[in-house]
Amino acid sequence: MFDSLSDRLQSTFDALRGKGRLTEDDISSAMREIRMALLEADVNYRVVKGFVAACKEKCMTAEVLSSLTPAQNVVRVVLDQLTQLLGSSESKLVLAQNRTPNVIMMVGLQGSGKTTASAKLAYLLKAQGHSPLLAACDTHRPAAADQLATLGGEIGVRVWRGDGKDAVRVASEAIQEAVDHLNDIVIVDTAGRLQIDEEMMAEAVAIKDAVRPDQILMVVDAMGGQDIVNVVSTFAERVDFDGVIMSKMDGDARGGGALSVREVTGKPIKFVSMGEKPDSLEVFHPDRMAKRILGMGDVYGIIEQAQKVADEQQLADAERMLLEGFNMNDYLDQLQQIRKMGGLQKMIGMLPGGERMLRQGGSDMADEDQLVRIESIIRSMTTEERLKPKKINGQRRKRIAAGSGRSVQEVNQVLKQWGEMNKMMGKMRQFAKGGSSKKSMRQMRGMMRNMGMGGMGGLGGMGAGKLPF
Amino acid sequence: MGLRDRLLQGLTRSREALSEIFYMGGEVDEEFWEELEDRLVMGDMGAEVALKVSDDLREQAARENLRSAGQLKEALARRLSELFPAAARDPFSDVPSCVLFVGINGAGKTTTVGKLAGAAHQAGLGCVIGGADTFRAAAIEQLQVWGERSGCEVVTRERGADPASVCYDVVARAEDTGADLVLVDTAGRLHTSPELMRELAKVVSVTRRRAQMPVCVVLVIDATTGQNGLAQAKEFNDALDLDGLIVTKLDGTAKGGIAVGIADKLKLPIFRIGVGEGIDDLQAFDALEFCRALVGAGEGK
Repeated sequence: MFDSLSDRLQSTFDALRGKGRLTEDDISSAMREIRMALLEADVNYRVVKGFVAACKEKCMTAEVLSSLTPAQNVVRVVLDQLTQLLGSSESKLVLAQNRTPNVIMMVGLQGSGKTTASAKLAYLLKAQGHSPLLAACDTHRPAAADQLATLGGEIGVRVWRGDGKDAVRVASEAIQEAVDHLNDIVIVDTAGRLQIDEEMMAEAVAIKDAVRPDQILMVVDAMGGQDIVNVVSTFAERVDFDGVIMSKMDGDARGGGALSVREVTGKPIKFVSMGEKPDSLEVFHPDRMAKRILGMGDVYGIIEQAQKVADEQQLADAERMLLEGFNMNDYLDQLQQIRKMGGLQKMIGMLPGGERMLRQGGSDMADEDQLVRIESIIRSMTTEERLKPKKINGQRRKRIAAGSGRSVQEVNQVLKQWGEMNKMMGKMRQFAKGGSSKKSMRQMRGMMRNMGMGGMGGLGGMGAGKLPF
Repeated sequence: MGLRDRLLQGLTRSREALSEIFYMGGEVDEEFWEELEDRLVMGDMGAEVALKVSDDLREQAARENLRSAGQLKEALARRLSELFPAAARDPFSDVPSCVLFVGINGAGKTTTVGKLAGAAHQAGLGCVIGGADTFRAAAIEQLQVWGERSGCEVVTRERGADPASVCYDVVARAEDTGADLVLVDTAGRLHTSPELMRELAKVVSVTRRRAQMPVCVVLVIDATTGQNGLAQAKEFNDALDLDGLIVTKLDGTAKGGIAVGIADKLKLPIFRIGVGEGIDDLQAFDALEFCRALVGAGEGK
């Protein structure tokens, strides 16, 4: 949807190519691009102003690395500055040592994801060996307590519902309940409220006074716009939260609100919430967030997503592939993994420069249908054929083509792609056997690179080449 | 309280912000235009649209010799309102009608369905609610509470059931009972999830095929949404061929400027706006009135 920052800056700097150094005017025009990129990412306008001014200052005085192009130098300065502002270290949840139970209170706007985040936090704490209790203090939204009770049941955490009427009483009772049942942490889920709703803000303060939470976490929607500064500054003033959970980070919102929150309130972002599943609450990484806000691709995100998809069975498969070769079943598995990770389009989009590639490639680049076609062709092979694709002769090809409703040429292309991938595996196998001399390690790394980034370019047409994973 | 008052009340903050500029003395200088641009951006209108709108206004001001704050406000309100296409048909009053509500998590779909059911019941329409959010915990229970409040029947299935089958059931039920209006709540989903978007496309196509009455697909969008709202609207529109929008949570300080961007890019009408917590706080959308309230035109008369 948006041009990534490096692409934009590149076009600004294309005009300056060959220049040894940048003038103030050059930097100003680069800063205009950065300003637009940040505004598109929903960073608050006032925050953008201050940030861009600071970046300009830095760019004028910063040491210029000669190994980088002018555009890269500017990006580096901006990225460093942004990372620093977002919080230079990962800030974890701080629990009080001398109080049992610890109380964590969740606040936020309606629909920001408090109830879901409460359950995720409970799951995370449980996995760390704590014994959390969830308190259902959203007495306003219909069936909110039911929702928490269901989620609690799914993750095996008890939920205290009380009478479901008086939020303050439910919260206080939950603490007593935790003491009685030896729960060491109480997570208080509260109703969503608008920061200008006096009555509801007073209720939040009343709950806070009643349970004296050790941590108050504010849940902020990553899709939020400019208004988020008004929301967080009022919440900071009235209930004074300790940290932020950015929710709905699994979408494609750039989440510029994170920078606004940091700048306006100074509160750290502690977690990011990445999906519907209970295990999708992750520690916040300022460097990744900075890249995301600037639209620079999230390479770590891909790696992590890939790691999540890969289970032990697949690791064993990888080893077997390396030792015995790559068959059609493996090919099929890889196709399905790509789909699990959100499809080719999404994955290419997450790579640096990927959005540019997608735009240049047009709509048939990373065509999801192509994956489906390859899958149907492989599924039309017999078990034997899948294990030993070399057996597939002309007659078999004709049969497979008829079975999958594709042409013989397409079947040939799939076989050709398989052949290339298998060749690659063969080379890696040699290296694996040959030990780890420095030279072979280097070659291996080069090859991995070819398989990854190099393969991407070849995805346009079916015949063009190998799949990268 | 009339619609106008509610809108004015809901949009007080943004109106004040814009009024500040317009009351800065009579002279309209360079600073004024810059400030205007900034304010429009701050209203989530998107940098691109804000620039376009203020450039157009600047030209118009020179052409038509507009000097006073009042004139400029009115011109800006008209300029903005022109971006909104008019709805050809109101799916909530031109019955019989079946409406599916879609959107991301937490946009306010279930609450909107509840409120609209209440309004339909009060207007004397026979209304059936379909609970096709079989995914989120307690979504069905939440809808059932709304069903009791509004006096409308809720047709649903157990959690985890196929949402398309719920749509089939609710349309059948509406035909049996001769209901005028069918409102179907669907599970919230991010537009970036291809699997869930495919599921929703199936739900919509099953309903479109099954229902005898006209079927409308409405995207519910939160007024606090930033620029990602455009991506959301675009993806949902591509997958489902939307008929229009409902903008919720306009009662906060959020300016809902993203609605301008979406209307401008996708040419989708806005059927209703949510300006409060109450069951009656879902109002019909009047583009000019909305934009006047946004820029503070006609204030202090």
